[in-house]
Amino acid sequence: MEEKELVIIGGGPAGLCAAIEARKKGIEVLLIDENLRPGGQLFKQIHRFFGSQEHMAGVRGITIGEKLLNSAIEYRTEIWLNSIAYGIFKDRIIGIVRDGKNVLVKAKAVIIATGAIENPLAFRGWTLPGVMGAGACQTMINIHRVLPGKKVLMIGSGNVGLIVSYQLLQAGADVKGVIEIMPQIGGYLVHAAKIKRYGVPVFLSSTIVEAEGKTEVEGATICPVDQSFKPLLKKKKTIDVDLICIAVGLSPLNEILYQAGCLFTYQPYLGGTVALHNENMETTVEGIFVAGDCSGVEEASTAMEEGKLAGISAVEKLKREKYDEEKQEIRKRLNDFRIGTFGEKRRIAKEQLVKEYYERIKN
Amino acid sequence: MKELRIDERIYRKMGSYPSEERLKKGPVAIIECVEDIPCNPCETVCPRKAIKVGFPITNVPELNEEKCTGCGKCIAICPGLAIFVLNYNFNENLASLTIPYEFLPLPQVDEKIKCLDRNGNYVCKGEIVKLVPPEKNNRTCLITFSFPRKYYNVIRSFKK
Amino acid sequence: MKKDYRIYDHPVLGKISERKKIYIYLNKRKLVAYEGETIAATLYANGIRVLRKTEKLGEPRGVFCAIGRCTDCVMVVDGIPNVRTCITPVKNGMKIEFQHGLGKWKKKNW
Repeated sequence: MEEKELVIIGGGPAGLCAAIEARKKGIEVLLIDENLRPGGQLFKQIHRFFGSQEHMAGVRGITIGEKLLNSAIEYRTEIWLNSIAYGIFKDRIIGIVRDGKNVLVKAKAVIIATGAIENPLAFRGWTLPGVMGAGACQTMINIHRVLPGKKVLMIGSGNVGLIVSYQLLQAGADVKGVIEIMPQIGGYLVHAAKIKRYGVPVFLSSTIVEAEGKTEVEGATICPVDQSFKPLLKKKKTIDVDLICIAVGLSPLNEILYQAGCLFTYQPYLGGTVALHNENMETTVEGIFVAGDCSGVEEASTAMEEGKLAGISAVEKLKREKYDEEKQEIRKRLNDFRIGTFGEKRRIAKEQLVKEYYERIKN
Repeated sequence: MKELRIDERIYRKMGSYPSEERLKKGPVAIIECVEDIPCNPCETVCPRKAIKVGFPITNVPELNEEKCTGCGKCIAICPGLAIFVLNYNFNENLASLTIPYEFLPLPQVDEKIKCLDRNGNYVCKGEIVKLVPPEKNNRTCLITFSFPRKYYNVIRSFKK
Repeated sequence: MKKDYRIYDHPVLGKISERKKIYIYLNKRKLVAYEGETIAATLYANGIRVLRKTEKLGEPRGVFCAIGRCTDCVMVVDGIPNVRTCITPVKNGMKIEFQHGLGKWKKKNW
């Protein structure tokens, strides 16, 4: 059985940032990722990020991904790809299937940075080939360079739905419309504006009735809804599409935290059920830390900062040293981002979560 | 079915939209950004410090229309693609607009195009005046196109 | 009419980098693939989106999550069923078959 100081599960922005911080302080790090290439969702984000200069605003996600990856490699982080962690057992022994073989690794500290998964939406015909997640479509167009369809209906007007609609235009698809069940869009107006000006309609108070087609998507029937979200089927119409993307939110991927015995809470503004953690990103199980979307669905910028915070906190534990100033700077940057209409609710959710951590850990 | 309609009036009352006087004087930036998104690269990139966001960075950007020369550095950096530069006096009849463009195929200079409004509706015919190639601004092409002056508050994009 | 859904040029990503052209077989049909593509990407690039039929009702399924989490995209690859085609890279000469239901193991030693 191999022994490592710090094992990081998940090589997206949170995991990579945690690895870099730990390596900077001389800790031995093993970063594992189930994919053939680390970077998480960053290599699909071909658009420029918001934020300030410190958050790398104006820089494309793909560039940030490359920077982080190069940095992690520069600091000689040990990286295992095509490796999936299936459980954390007693004494922080991690079960990993690496290239098809079972390996056990004992870790002094673990950081879980497994990200999030797209939510499904069930409607008649949703299992037809040609219905997929918006993120799935983004993977196919930006990573695999393949259009999974030419005429698209996007369900959901949050930032993912709006951004992927724009990226579908860039990939050469015809986006027939974005439908949103609420009476207003969920994402930023600037994202809606940049698809509206190229002729993409955004239908409010609307829903999907059915995906049409015999063996794959050939059309979609949509209709308006009333104030209690009841479909007004008499006003339905069918549109000619061959691809239907579902963009109705993300949920943290936290099975491994559950399996490891961490305590959970429910926070709707963070994406649902999330593991409790303190201000150092440590869960209720000693030595297990979290960072990024798996600890609450936010953005790449917050994932990076949380990764740094978890990395430094893990090092504190391993080296028995304190890095209070660095951690405070990171917390400040996190708060600078969790403001305004969109961020304030998440800041409050995270504060409630930390408070609950301390309440529950007493017992 | 109810549609989202982008109305120019939500932008014109913000401090990021130049006054009528300033719009008609010469090249100037128009920032169509009205929500409290934590974001300030427009402030950072302006060489004349004509854009103010300040703290917190969720503040809506404010344009100092006296300082702004319409240089266009803010167009490419905006993650929301929400900044344009209008030159009301391109010539006696025409105005020109510079927009961020991230599609293929790129149009050619002198090509005739169809000008669209904020909701993608056809407004009038226009002509491509200038292209700053994508390599110059991290894959964002800056395209300047001309159209009849009277549509200066309406036109925000084009199609071939 | 040959269908090709590949995005050869892109305003931000540029042209697809030079890749080695290889061939894979889908139920005996020869398909053009490029080294580095996943099986699902190659099939979708060729306009093939139905990847399998379900066990009970024989309903068609294809890619849903594209990141190896939902298993809707599984097919029989070189005799082994339940291979997640959205994350498995193609290899020259690979034999892909539509999976019917839960699939049958063809290879004895693996």
